[in-house]
Amino acid sequence: MSEITSLTLYELIKNIKEKKISSNEAAKSFVDRAEKSKKINVYVTENFENCLKLSKEFDDKPNFDLKLPGIPIAVKDLFCTNEVRTTAGSNILNNFVPTYESTVTQNIWNEGGILLGKLNCDEFAMGSSNETSYFGNVQNPIAEDLVPGGSSGGSSAALAANLTPVTIGTDTGGSIRQPASFTGTVGLKPTYGSCSRYGIVAFASSLDQAGPMSKDVKDSSILLEVISSFDKKDSTSIDFKRNNYSSELTRNIKGLKIGIPKEYRVDGMPDEIEKLWKKGIEYAKDCGAEIVDISLPHTSYALPTYYIVAPAEASSNLARYDGVKYGLRSSGKNLIDMYEKTRSEGFGEEVKRRVMIGTYVLSSGYYDAYYLKAQKVRQLIKQDFDQAYNKVDAILTPSTPSSAFKIGEKSNDPVSMYLNDIFTVPVNLAGLPGISIPAGVDKNNYPLGLQIIGKPFDEQTVLNIAYSMEEKINYKNNITDWWMK
Amino acid sequence: MSKNNSEYLIERNDNVYEVVIGLEVHAQVTSNSKLFSSSSTKFGAEPNTQVSLVDAAFPGMLPVINEFCVKQAIKTGIGLKAKINNKSVFDRKNYFYADLPQGYQISQYKYPIVGEGNVILDMPEGQKQVGIERLHLEQDAGKSIHDIDPSNTLVDLNRSGVALMEIVSKPDLRSPDEVNAYIKKLRSIMRYLGTCDGNMQEGSLRADVNVSVRIKGSTDLGTRCEIKNVNSIKFMQMAIIYEANRQVDLIEEGQEIDQETRLFDTKKNETRSMRSKEDAHDYRYFPDPDLLPLEVTDEFIDKLKSEIPELPDDKKKRFIDEFKVSPYDATILVSDIDTAKYFEEVVAKMGKNRDMKLAVNWITGELFAVLNEKNIEIAQSPISAKNLAKLINLIKNGTISGKIAKTIFELMLDGDIDPQIIVEEKGLKQESDPKALEALIDKIINDNREKAIEYKQGKEKLFGFFVGQAMKASGGKANPQLINEILKKKL
Repeated sequence: MSEITSLTLYELIKNIKEKKISSNEAAKSFVDRAEKSKKINVYVTENFENCLKLSKEFDDKPNFDLKLPGIPIAVKDLFCTNEVRTTAGSNILNNFVPTYESTVTQNIWNEGGILLGKLNCDEFAMGSSNETSYFGNVQNPIAEDLVPGGSSGGSSAALAANLTPVTIGTDTGGSIRQPASFTGTVGLKPTYGSCSRYGIVAFASSLDQAGPMSKDVKDSSILLEVISSFDKKDSTSIDFKRNNYSSELTRNIKGLKIGIPKEYRVDGMPDEIEKLWKKGIEYAKDCGAEIVDISLPHTSYALPTYYIVAPAEASSNLARYDGVKYGLRSSGKNLIDMYEKTRSEGFGEEVKRRVMIGTYVLSSGYYDAYYLKAQKVRQLIKQDFDQAYNKVDAILTPSTPSSAFKIGEKSNDPVSMYLNDIFTVPVNLAGLPGISIPAGVDKNNYPLGLQIIGKPFDEQTVLNIAYSMEEKINYKNNITDWWMK
Repeated sequence: MSKNNSEYLIERNDNVYEVVIGLEVHAQVTSNSKLFSSSSTKFGAEPNTQVSLVDAAFPGMLPVINEFCVKQAIKTGIGLKAKINNKSVFDRKNYFYADLPQGYQISQYKYPIVGEGNVILDMPEGQKQVGIERLHLEQDAGKSIHDIDPSNTLVDLNRSGVALMEIVSKPDLRSPDEVNAYIKKLRSIMRYLGTCDGNMQEGSLRADVNVSVRIKGSTDLGTRCEIKNVNSIKFMQMAIIYEANRQVDLIEEGQEIDQETRLFDTKKNETRSMRSKEDAHDYRYFPDPDLLPLEVTDEFIDKLKSEIPELPDDKKKRFIDEFKVSPYDATILVSDIDTAKYFEEVVAKMGKNRDMKLAVNWITGELFAVLNEKNIEIAQSPISAKNLAKLINLIKNGTISGKIAKTIFELMLDGDIDPQIIVEEKGLKQESDPKALEALIDKIINDNREKAIEYKQGKEKLFGFFVGQAMKASGGKANPQLINEILKKKL
């Protein structure tokens, strides 16, 4: 059965449609493999029994017209799932079971997907290594004691370990693309407003965006087609004409202009990242693209801007976790005491740090110097991209400044942890689509990713370039299933 | 303390102080659903039965603006002759409280939907214009209930998320009487517009009252205190009087006034400190990233303008011009939209031969007395405008006398009975046949010969005696005018 779990989404769909594999067989394979893979700790909540039951129901009454016919799928535990516990990786939501479904997951179930379980992630998606999760570290399937990236670390690890054919993550500053890069998988952050935020536990509302994570580019195009929808329940959802991303996918990118921003050549960037980027440029040329040097002059301000805007919004978004209505409540002498104890015990260190930073930058007397200034810089960063897109169709950069690091290596050094997001945050600040595809390995044989950034709503071009380069790069993960041994 | 018309001055040791008042009125928007969710806003429901996932701030829930509430706010702005802003922004006002599920209130801070406007007050000494600073939309919080359970505070979220308009006046008010007139005018305008029912008992209209004092004639503003959440006009007036006198006392004692937020204790009739400026919350306002800036086009605003009904000031002018009603009466008639409607219906039903003076007197006299006595609104009047108009016409055309009309009015109260039917059934029609009246008067003069002689000798007062006798003999039905004429002739 192991070959079922190693199939791509596209192959699995094909096999199910051709009745070579039943939905229940597929579900069993993923459940069996998960049972043997507890060590990598991807699941916060398993939905195995229900998944097996629903897959059987699908097989009894199959509908092969659906885009995800009877496909078992595990999702990041930031998506609220009806009657299935949703924790956001936090103790404060340890016991929280929603009575509602996020729009993105509903879209998946509507197309025949079946929930396998909820995947580990950094607490409230705040982190780059999955080490801030209340539910423990996730192991990167690439090698033992290596972080899978974050915040969608459970998602990237589950994918790389063949525990789900495809998955979804959320990306506020790189939380899809960075873990994809760390695990040799594909992760796409769509344009802000493409996927509804309804029912997704909020981190930073103006930056959060759900997106597909997959083993290859084609699978991301299939899943994006399912999850992207205009939603009246999210006022920031945008009603634009969405492509049929998978059927319009093409490797013909001849003549497309791809920009190389000089500002992404940062100080202290490892040689191998520089080399990877150069290799990527060659691949892009091989695919027929034209390479253009461009400038994004405000790039160096992106990270500090992000670390003002995101914590500011988070400090307010997380105010609702107060022990009054749902989730953890610690007992206290009075209301204030109850708040303090609940939030002290309910939130982890990184969440507290960001709540405090956010509270500080919004405080009277500091608002103008921090939050307002950051919003102005954010506009400048957007303008950088607008101007660049007058000259080019897409932009190519490394996904991360390094490969995956060891568990514990950076957990006591928040600033070095934050630097992981240096290439990904500008994309969130500008609301653009960006994809990370595996493009090579470092000296330790750990995967490295390249990022392709597109124009707003132009996911199709991003996917096409990625699809085309993927063929040339021909990257294959070397997963030894070490955790089963 | 001296009082001259609506002026309010405080005298202490040869100093004369005036009080400067600005109001922040919180008016609940008339709307079936809340500002950012589809939950019902109906008053008086069982606790926590009108709460959506959005109102209770469940994880991942997002606000979606209710377009109807936006229209209501814009209409109110038009009624306040205010500038409607094409772009406004919803901000988050962050603070923790058990009845504030999100941990922040969605409000409008820097960019409100409505800008400067004004309201005209009709004061005894003439009209006064009060400036409006702004109007913005915001969410109401839930309700904390401390007196049901001895050891717990209970929270009812039915109000959570209900749309409020905060209407901020300029510091233009100078007396408790002006505050009374201002609140009533505001309420009147909003009732005309159908944007707020103004029901203070149900909490649909509450105000934060800003009070400062200064030596009369000074143009500087004194340090102000804000009295939070006062829910009746009477309490506002009491709070202002207490607070103004407290401040004057402090100044006279040579003390400073602390800028602070105070609460009005209705039982003790005093204000007391809630928190000082130093302890003021830092609300960390910032634009709500879940909501886009609210943009309204000129076309959208113009369409709403075309839907605005005639408002009290215009209606008053029309009543004066068209119906020749006195300014005093017109003010009373237009102050409440239902009274104005009732009056206009009476006018319409009276037809061509209408008598405005009679109509005004009957409405503001007899009818108001009954409504007061029964403590009901004119919309629930036991006598319909149609039947009151009939009664007035019966007086006007001489069918009944004013005196009989009062008897009939009393009878009409019992189920809105047609006065014509009462007249016929009870035989209350006025006797206007000169021959019958002459016979009646001849008999009275005959029976009272001595008095008739005295009258002729110059005792003119006795004329009234004969009128009275004639009315009595006719059972009150004799036409008084004819009685007068015949008596003069016969005596």
